[in-house]
Amino acid sequence: MNLTVKVWRQKNSKSEGKMVSYNVKDVSPDMSFLEMFDVLNEDLISKGDEPIAFDHDCREGICGMCSMYINGRAHGPKTGITTCQLHMRSFKDGDTIVVEPWRASAFPVVKDLVVDRGAFDRIINAGGFVSVNTGGVPDANAIPISKIDADAAFDAATCIGCGACVASCKNASASLFVAAKITQLALLPQGQVERAARVEKMVAQMEAEGFGACTNTGACSVECPKEISQDTIATMNREYYAAKASSKNV
Amino acid sequence: MGWLSKALSGNLGQKLIMSLTGLFLISFLLEHLLSNLLLLKSDGADFNAYAEFMKTNPVIQAAEYVLFGGFIVHIIYAAIITAKNKKARPHGYAYNNPSANSSWFSRNMGLSGSMVLIFLIVHLKSFFVPHKITHSATMTIYDDAIITFGNVPYTLFYVAAMCLLAFHLNHGFQSAFQTLGLRHPKYTPFIKKLGTAFSILVPAGFAAIPLYICFIR
Amino acid sequence: MTKLDSKIPEGPVAEKWTKHKFNLKLVNPANKRKYDIIVVGTGLAGASAAATLAELGYNVKAFCFQDSPRRAHSIAAQGGINAAKNYQNDGDSIFRLFYDTVKGGDYRAREGNVYRLAEVSVNIIDQCVAQGVPFAREYGGLLDNRSFGGAQVSRTFYARGQTGQQLLLGAYSALSRQIGLGKVKMYSRTEMLDLVMIDGAAKGIVTRDLVTGEIASHAGHAVLLCTGGYGNVFYLSTNAQGSNVTAAWRAHKKGAFFANPCFTQIHPTCIPVSGDHQSKLTLMSESLRNDGRVWVPKKVGDKRNPSEIPEDERDYFLERKYPSFGNLVPRDVASRNAKEQCDANKGVGSSGLAVYLDFADAIKRLGENSVRAKYGNLFDMYAQITGENPYKSPMRIYPAVHYTMGGLWVDYNLMTTIPGLYALGEANFSDHGANRLGASALMQGLADGYFVIPYTVGDYLAGLGTKPVDKNHPAFKEAEDKVKALTKKFLSIKGTKSVTHYHRELGRIMWDYCGMARNAEGLTKAKGLIKDLKEDFWKNVKVLGEGEELNQSLEKAGRVADFIELGALMVEDALNRNESCGGHFREEYQTEENEAKRDDENYAYVAAWEFKGEDKAEELHKENLKFETVKLTQRSYK
Repeated sequence: MNLTVKVWRQKNSKSEGKMVSYNVKDVSPDMSFLEMFDVLNEDLISKGDEPIAFDHDCREGICGMCSMYINGRAHGPKTGITTCQLHMRSFKDGDTIVVEPWRASAFPVVKDLVVDRGAFDRIINAGGFVSVNTGGVPDANAIPISKIDADAAFDAATCIGCGACVASCKNASASLFVAAKITQLALLPQGQVERAARVEKMVAQMEAEGFGACTNTGACSVECPKEISQDTIATMNREYYAAKASSKNV
Repeated sequence: MGWLSKALSGNLGQKLIMSLTGLFLISFLLEHLLSNLLLLKSDGADFNAYAEFMKTNPVIQAAEYVLFGGFIVHIIYAAIITAKNKKARPHGYAYNNPSANSSWFSRNMGLSGSMVLIFLIVHLKSFFVPHKITHSATMTIYDDAIITFGNVPYTLFYVAAMCLLAFHLNHGFQSAFQTLGLRHPKYTPFIKKLGTAFSILVPAGFAAIPLYICFIR
Repeated sequence: MTKLDSKIPEGPVAEKWTKHKFNLKLVNPANKRKYDIIVVGTGLAGASAAATLAELGYNVKAFCFQDSPRRAHSIAAQGGINAAKNYQNDGDSIFRLFYDTVKGGDYRAREGNVYRLAEVSVNIIDQCVAQGVPFAREYGGLLDNRSFGGAQVSRTFYARGQTGQQLLLGAYSALSRQIGLGKVKMYSRTEMLDLVMIDGAAKGIVTRDLVTGEIASHAGHAVLLCTGGYGNVFYLSTNAQGSNVTAAWRAHKKGAFFANPCFTQIHPTCIPVSGDHQSKLTLMSESLRNDGRVWVPKKVGDKRNPSEIPEDERDYFLERKYPSFGNLVPRDVASRNAKEQCDANKGVGSSGLAVYLDFADAIKRLGENSVRAKYGNLFDMYAQITGENPYKSPMRIYPAVHYTMGGLWVDYNLMTTIPGLYALGEANFSDHGANRLGASALMQGLADGYFVIPYTVGDYLAGLGTKPVDKNHPAFKEAEDKVKALTKKFLSIKGTKSVTHYHRELGRIMWDYCGMARNAEGLTKAKGLIKDLKEDFWKNVKVLGEGEELNQSLEKAGRVADFIELGALMVEDALNRNESCGGHFREEYQTEENEAKRDDENYAYVAAWEFKGEDKAEELHKENLKFETVKLTQRSYK
C-alpha cells in the first residue's frame, strides 16, 4: 500500500520545527510501524535527505524507548502495545498518518521525534528503590509475600517508562509513571521501611520536573502499553497524604 | 505548620483541596435540592418559612461563609491547577485524538465549571442578592421564584446550566474519590455508579422544579 | 608458550572461590573514594556492578547509549533466572547446576568459573528479592520455580514472562539510588568509541555524546565493559537495534583478546522472517516447547493449509528423533533440526523457512483457558506480529540468533588481557562454553556484577596506589583525535549505499555461511565475501548529516564497520575449530546420526584471538581447558 506520512521535523532542541509530508510506497501490511519508518529513511538517504531521527531499541515492546504520537494517540491506534509492535495492517492504502514527538515541557524535543525523558530517571533517582546494599540480605524465602500482593506489585512493576502516559495526558502529568513505582514498593514488605519518605521524595521530584497535575481523565491507563491501572494513582495519592500527615519529617 | 502549607502547595496538595471542596459542594447541592422541593408545595408557606430560617439562624449564617469559602477555594484552585497544567504542555499536538482515551467531560471540567459559575452568578443575582444582601425584593422569595421560573428563557437557561452541572458532577464525583485515594475493587464500582446516579438525579431534580412551574403548574 | 593465565586457583572446585576471595587484596575503606571506575553499559552486569562498586565507596562513572540505563537489552529476557536454591526439594544443588552448565556448554567452559557462577546464584535471588523484584510466588507466599530449557529440576525463578525486565529494573533501582546519592555519575546517550591506555593498562575511554556529537574522554583506574553480545553481526537477531560490539571490538584492537567468537546461540522458537523489510526477530520463550509440538509435513514441498494435513502425513521430527527429550531438546539441537527440515524443502509458510509449533493437542488436553493462562502473552505477541491466531492454527517458528557465548577473553578475575580492563556478562566469554542453557544469561550478568567484580577489582586497584589518573596524559588526546578522525572519515566518504545496506549484506553472509551449520568451503567463501564487503563499505558508504549533532546513521556506521571486522574473525574462528560443539556445528564433523561430534583431543581449548594490526591475520592463543571434576562425555538427548 501507499501512504502519506506527516512527520515533525526539528533539527535540534533550539531550532523551530515543522510538519513535513512524505510519501511512502509499497508498504507491506506485515511491516511494523518502525520498519515502515526504516523504509522511509532509506528512501530519504537515497535522495540525499537526512533521515528522520526516532528513538527505538528492542523492537519487542519492552525497552520503552520508542515513542511516537501517531494519529493523535501515543503509540498509535491500538491499545496495549508500543509503537514498535504496531503493524501496518492496522492502516489502509491511501491513509495519511500524522507522527509527532511526545509533547511536554518536561520532555524537551532533542531532534525530530526524539525527546529527552531524563525527568523519569531523576524521579527514580529521588527514591524509586529499596535502599539495600549488595550482600547481607536475608534468604529470599525468609519473607513470605501473599501471591495477591506479589501479583499486584508485579502488575505495577511492568511499567516500561516510555512516557505514553505523559504524552497522552491533557495535563502532561507523570502520575501514572510515578504511581506505578510507588505502588509496587508500597505493596511489598521490602518497601515498608522507606514507604513514607519514598512517596514524598518522588512526588516532590515529579513536581520539580514540571509535569502537570492529574485530573483523573484516565487517558494514561488507556494508552499505557502495559495497561497499568488507575488504581496505582489512587494508591500514590493515599500514600502521599498519609506520609505528609504522619511522617516525622517536618 | 510550615509542613502543611508546603504539603498543600504541591500538585497533590492542590488536588486534595479540589476534591475536598468539591465533595463539600456536592453535599450542599443535596441540601439545596431538598429545600427546593418545598417549592412544589402550592401555598409557599413552608418554603418561605424555610428561607426565613436560613436567613436568620446564626449557625446557618456561619455555614454560609464556609460555603462561599468552599466555592471560592474550589474556583481559585481550579484556576491555579489549570494554569499549571497548561504550562506543562506549551507546545500542543498538531493532530490529537483524545476522545479515543477519555471522555469529553473529564477533559473539560474547566469549561463546564466556568459555565456553572456563570449560572451561579446569575442565580445569586436573581434570588440571593435581592432577598439577603440588598433586601430590595418586593415579594416573598416563593412568589419571586414562581415568577422567575415562569419566564421561559430563564427556565431554559436554568435547565441548560443543570445539564452542564450534570457533566461536571459526572466526572467530579468519582474523581474526588480517586484523588483522595479512596479506591478499592469492592467499593469503587459502587462509588462510580453512585456518582453517575447523583450527577443525573440531582441536576434533573433541580431542573424539574422550574420546568414544572413554567410548563405544568 | 601461551600468554594466557586464567588464574584459576588450585584446589577442589568447591573451594576455589572461597580461597580466592581470601587471597585477593583489599582496598582500605577510606581509600575507595580515591579510585575512579568506569562502567560501560547498564544492563544486568553493568548496572549491578556500578551500583555495587558505588555502595562500596568507589567513584563510578556509568555510560549507556540508550536514553536511560533502564533500557539495556537485558530487559527483554523473558524466561527466568536459574539458582541452586533447591527450594523445591527436588535434588538440586550447586554442584548439579555447575554440572548441568558445564555439560550444557558442551564442555567448552571453564570449570572454575562455572562453579563460582552456580555458587553465587543463590545470593542473586536473595539480593533481587530484597530490592523488591516481584518474582512469581505460590499461594503460601514462598517463591515459585519452574523447570526450564529441559532441566530436570525446577530451579528457575521467574516473573511472568518478563523476568529480565524485573531483574534489570531491580539493578537499575540500585544504580539509581547511587546516582541520586552522587556516587555514580550517569552518562546516558553516550557511546564509548575507544579505550585509552597508558603504559599498557586501561586508564579511560573516549566517548561520543550522541546528542551533541561531542567527543570527550574520561579517566579511570579501571574500565569495566558490560556491553553485551554481538548477535547483531547477523543483522537479524533477537537483540535490540542498538546492541553492538563496538566497545568490545575497539578494546580488542587495543590488545584485549577475543575468545571463541564463533560460539553463537541460535534460539529455536522465534517468529519467522516475513519479508525484506524485517529489522529484527522476536523470540518467544522456549517454555512454549513444554506444550507445543514441533512438526513439518512429511511430503516435500507440501503447501497445504496445516489443518488439511492429516495426522499421518505429519512428521513430529523432534519426538521421532529424540524420544526421551522430544520437543525439549537443548536449543542448539532443536534449531539445527528445524534448519535440516527446511533445507530438505519441508519448511512451511510462504518463505518455506519455518516449522510448525502446534498447540492443538495441548488445547484439547488442557482446554484453551489453561493454555491461555500459561502462554497468553506469548500468543498475543505472536498474533500481534503475524496477524494469525495461534489458538486456531499452529504457530510458525524458525530459529534466530539470540546470544553470543564468545566475547572478550577474561581470567578468573574477569580481567581481559589488558590490565585494568574487565569484561562482564555477555561481553565476556567465560561461563557458557559453546552453548548457553536457558535462564543462565541473567544469572551470569548479575553474578559478575553483584558478586564477582566487587571482590576482584579491588585486588587490582590495591596494587595501583591511590594516585589519580593523569587526565593530561597525551594518550587521552591521541585517542580522542583518532575517534574524531574516524567520524570525519565516515562523513567524507559520501558514497552511494546506506549503512543499513552493508549491515544487511553482512548479516546475509554470516547467516548463510557462519550460522546454524558451517563448513570449510562456505567459511572460506565467506572470508572473501566479507573482505570485499569491507572494501566496498569504506569506498561507498553514505552517511549524511554532521558529526556535531544527533546522527543515528553515523552511530550505526561505526557499529557496522566493527561488525564487519568481527564477522571476519568469527569466520576465522569457525574455520579453525575443526569439530562440532554446542552452537558451533561443522557439517564435516558429525556422528552417523547427524549429531555434533566434539574433538576433545584437539579442541578442548578456548580460542583467544589477538589483534595484530589492520588487515593482518589475528594470532590464535589457546587456553587449554582442564576438566578435573566433570567427566567429558558426548551429550545425548536420545
